[in-house]
Amino acid sequence: MVGYALWPSGRLRRADRLAAKTGERFLAYWIKISDDDTVTVVIPHCDMGTGIFTALLQMAAEELGADWGKTRAEPAPPDPLFANGALVEGFALSHEGMRRDSLPAFLQGSVLAAGNRLAQFMDIQVTGGSSAVSNTGVYGVRIAAAAARDMLIAAAADSFKAPLSAFHTESSRVIHRPSGRSFRFGELAAAASRYSPSSHPTLRPRSEYTLVGKAVPRIDIPAKVNGSTLYGIDIQVPGMQYAAIKISPIFGGSLISVNEASIAGNPGIKKVIRLDDAVIVVADRFWRAQRAADTLETVFGDAGNAAVSSGYIRERHLEALNRGSIKHEFSLGKGAKALQNQTAIECVYQVPYLAHAAMEPVNATALYKADGTLEIWAGSQDGLGARAFCAKAAGIHLDKVTFHLLPSGGAFGRRLPGLWNFLTYAVKTAMALPGIPVKLIFTREQDLRHDYYRPNVTSRFKATLNPDGSPAVWVNEYTTDDDANDAAHIVYEVPDQAYGAVKVVTPVPVGPWRSVESSWHGFFIESFIDELAHQARRDPLEYRRALLTRKPRHLATLELAAEKAGWGAPPVPGRGRGIAMVECFGTIVVHVAEVEVSDDGGLKVHRIVCAADCGMAVNPDGFKAQIEGAIVFGLSAALYGEITLAHGAVEQQNFPDYPVVRLADCPAIEVHIKESDAPLGGGGEPGTPPVAPAVTNAIFAATGIRVRELPIGKQALKKGA
Amino acid sequence: MQLNVNGHSHQIDVEPDAPLLWVIRDELNLTGTKFGCGVGACGACTVHVNGKPMRSCVLPVSAVLDAQITTIEGIGAEGLSAVQAAWILHQVPQCGYCQSGVIMAVSALLAANPTPTEDELGTIITNICRCGTYPRMRAAVSSLAGGAGVRK
Repeated sequence: MVGYALWPSGRLRRADRLAAKTGERFLAYWIKISDDDTVTVVIPHCDMGTGIFTALLQMAAEELGADWGKTRAEPAPPDPLFANGALVEGFALSHEGMRRDSLPAFLQGSVLAAGNRLAQFMDIQVTGGSSAVSNTGVYGVRIAAAAARDMLIAAAADSFKAPLSAFHTESSRVIHRPSGRSFRFGELAAAASRYSPSSHPTLRPRSEYTLVGKAVPRIDIPAKVNGSTLYGIDIQVPGMQYAAIKISPIFGGSLISVNEASIAGNPGIKKVIRLDDAVIVVADRFWRAQRAADTLETVFGDAGNAAVSSGYIRERHLEALNRGSIKHEFSLGKGAKALQNQTAIECVYQVPYLAHAAMEPVNATALYKADGTLEIWAGSQDGLGARAFCAKAAGIHLDKVTFHLLPSGGAFGRRLPGLWNFLTYAVKTAMALPGIPVKLIFTREQDLRHDYYRPNVTSRFKATLNPDGSPAVWVNEYTTDDDANDAAHIVYEVPDQAYGAVKVVTPVPVGPWRSVESSWHGFFIESFIDELAHQARRDPLEYRRALLTRKPRHLATLELAAEKAGWGAPPVPGRGRGIAMVECFGTIVVHVAEVEVSDDGGLKVHRIVCAADCGMAVNPDGFKAQIEGAIVFGLSAALYGEITLAHGAVEQQNFPDYPVVRLADCPAIEVHIKESDAPLGGGGEPGTPPVAPAVTNAIFAATGIRVRELPIGKQALKKGA
Repeated sequence: MQLNVNGHSHQIDVEPDAPLLWVIRDELNLTGTKFGCGVGACGACTVHVNGKPMRSCVLPVSAVLDAQITTIEGIGAEGLSAVQAAWILHQVPQCGYCQSGVIMAVSALLAANPTPTEDELGTIITNICRCGTYPRMRAAVSSLAGGAGVRK
C-alpha cells in the first residue's frame, strides 16, 4: 500500500494555527489529539447525508486504537492544506496512466476549474464518486491515523526507554505489554507531535478489526432529529437580506428588459439586480423577494433555442445513431464486423433528462465587505473548489475569500464543481450590495428548471446468438453529451464486442447525477441481456450466470441476491420477478424486483431484494442505508422521473409535476452484504443503476411487455395491449 | 400580531398573508422547520397547529394567530420524544433535511392513531424524502406501534 504523502512538520504547525483549538495539536494529516485524549478527525468532505463522517472516523479510530467514545469528526476548513488529493491519488493509483479524459466524470469539473494544471489537482475537496471511504479513507485517513499511532508509540518508547515493538495501542492508551504500564493518548500527544509521521506505517490487518465492520450509530443523526443541524439555508448573519432569482426560462437566453414598475408597491424591496441571463430581487424578507420575483415583468431572449423540445432532441439522437458511420472506440474479437451477413437482434433504449431535486433547494449566502474580502456560507460538494470558484467569480484573490462549508440537505451530484450557478449568482448579488450579507435561495421551481440534468441518452444494441443461445456478438452505439463512457462496457463473456459513442450537443446543461453514466448504461445493458435471455428461451438468472464463469465476485453476488429473493420458486401468481446487476465505483450490486401489474395497467413494486459486494462495509448499517436510499432514488427515476423540454425551456415546475417515490409507493427493501477480499468499493451510488432494469425486467416477466423507454409511467402496461 | 410558538408568545410585524414557514424561520429564528417546495407538496415545513400537522409554507400567518403552534424545536424541548428516539434507534435520517417535517407528521399521526396500518401510514405520511429513508421510517413507526410490525 502506497500512502498519501504526509505533511512535513511546517505544514502541521500551519494546520494547528488553522484548525486546532487550545489543548489540541495535529499529529498527522487530518488527525488531531487533545490533552484530554480526544481524537478529532478533520474530514476533507461535506456532509450531504451519506454517513461518511462516521465511516471515516471509524477507520481512523481503528488504526489509532482509540476509544470510540473519545473520538470526534469535524469538517476540514476549505483550505489547500486540507485538500483531499488522496481521492485523486486513489484514482491515479488504481487507474494506471491516468489522463484528464480518463478521470471519472465527478472529478472533471474540479480539474477544469483548476485550469487542467496537474499541480492543482490536489487543491480540491470533492465529495462525490462514492469515493470518501474507498479513496480518502483507504489512501488517506487510515494511513494518517496509523502514522499518528506510531508517533504516540515512539513517544512512549522513548520516555519508557523500551523498544517500539513492546507497545501497542488500545482504548486511547499506549500500552507497554511486558509491564502492563500504560499512557493516555493525551499525555503523549505533545511529545508525539515532535516525531515525523511515516508515509508507510503498518496498517492493522482486517482480521484484527474491532471497529471497522461494526454498525456503530451515525454521529450526525442526533442533531438531525431535533432540527438543530444547520444547513446552508439556515445560516443567519446580522443585517442579512434575502434574494430570489428568475433565470431565463430558455437555456442560454439573455435578459432583455425588466419592468420594475410592476413591483413598485411590493413591501421590503431593496434592489433589483440585472444580470446577463437572470434578474435577482433583494428584499428584507425571503417571501417578499420571492413574490416580487414571481410577479416582476421580464423579457428574456431565446438564444435561438426556442425550437428545442424533447421530441427534437430525440430526433437528433436517432438521426445521429442512423448516420451509419459511428466510430467504434472499443472492440473485442472481431468487433462489429462479426455482424456481417447476419440477422441481428436490435433494440433501442432511451432515458430522459432528470433533475437532482435534493430536498434543500440550492442556496448560498454571501457578503462582500468594504475591505475587499468576500465571505460565503453554503453547502457544496467541494468546499475548497467552491472557495476558489467564488474568488474567480468575484475577480479577487483566493486569500480574500472565506468559505463556510455547511451540511447539504442532499446533493446527489447537484453541488459538485461545474454545477455552481447558485454560487455565481450569490457572489454577483453580494458584489452588487457591498457591506450587506444576502442569502440567495432558489425556489423549488428555479431549482428544478435550472439544474444540470442527468443527460437524455439513446442507445441502440445489436446482437446475434450462438446455437446454444449465448450471445456471439454485442454491439452498443449510444449518444453522449461528452466523451465515450466506460460504463457502457459489459462484464459478460461475449467473444465479439464493439462500442461506439456519437456526440449530440444540445443547449441543455447536464451534469453528474447519482451513479452518473451507470445510471443509463446499467438500464440499457441489463435490459438487453434480459431480452437476449428471453430470446434464447433461457432463465435470465441462469443466462447471466453462464456468462460470468470468469467473474467469481459477480457470480457470488448474483447467487446471493437470487437465493434471498427466492428465485428458484415461482412468485405469487400475478407477480413477476426481474433481476439486474451493475458494477460501478468498485461495488457490485444485484437487485431482484418483484412487481405486479393490475388488469388496468397499474404497477406495484412489492419488493426489492439486493445483494452487494463492496469488499467490506466499514459501517454495514450505514452501507445498507445508502443502498436502500439509492434504490428509492433509482425507483423514483424509473417510475416517474422525466424532465421534458418545450420551446427551449423545462416544462416541469415543482414536485406535483416532477413526482418522486413517497412512503406509499416504497417497496419492501432487503439489502444483503456479500463480503469479499476485493478493495473497498463505494456506497452512495452503486445501488441506483440496477433498479430500473430489475423493475422493467420484472414487468416483462409479469406481462410480456418490454419497457425500453424510461420513465415506466410513460407507457401503458395493459396486458395484451 | 401575536404568534404562539412552542408555548411562547411572540410579537411579530409582518403582512397577514406572510407564509407561516418564513415567519417561523426568519422572524423567530427557528430553522429546524424547512423549506422544500413552497407549494405544500413535500412536507418539509410540517408543524403542528393545535396538534394537527399542517404544511406551513402555504399557511398564511393570519390563519394561525389564535393557535398553539409547535415546531420540531418544541417537541424535543424536554429531551427526545418517543418518535425522535425511535428515529435514532432505527438510524432513519441521511441528509436529515426532510426529517423535521416527517417527525412532526408522524408524531401527529401516532397521537391520533397509535397503531396505524401500513396503508394508513402511506396514505397519511406523504412527505418526500429524496434520500429514500422510507423503509427505516416504517421500521421506526412499527417499533413505536408496539413492535409487532405495522399492521398489514
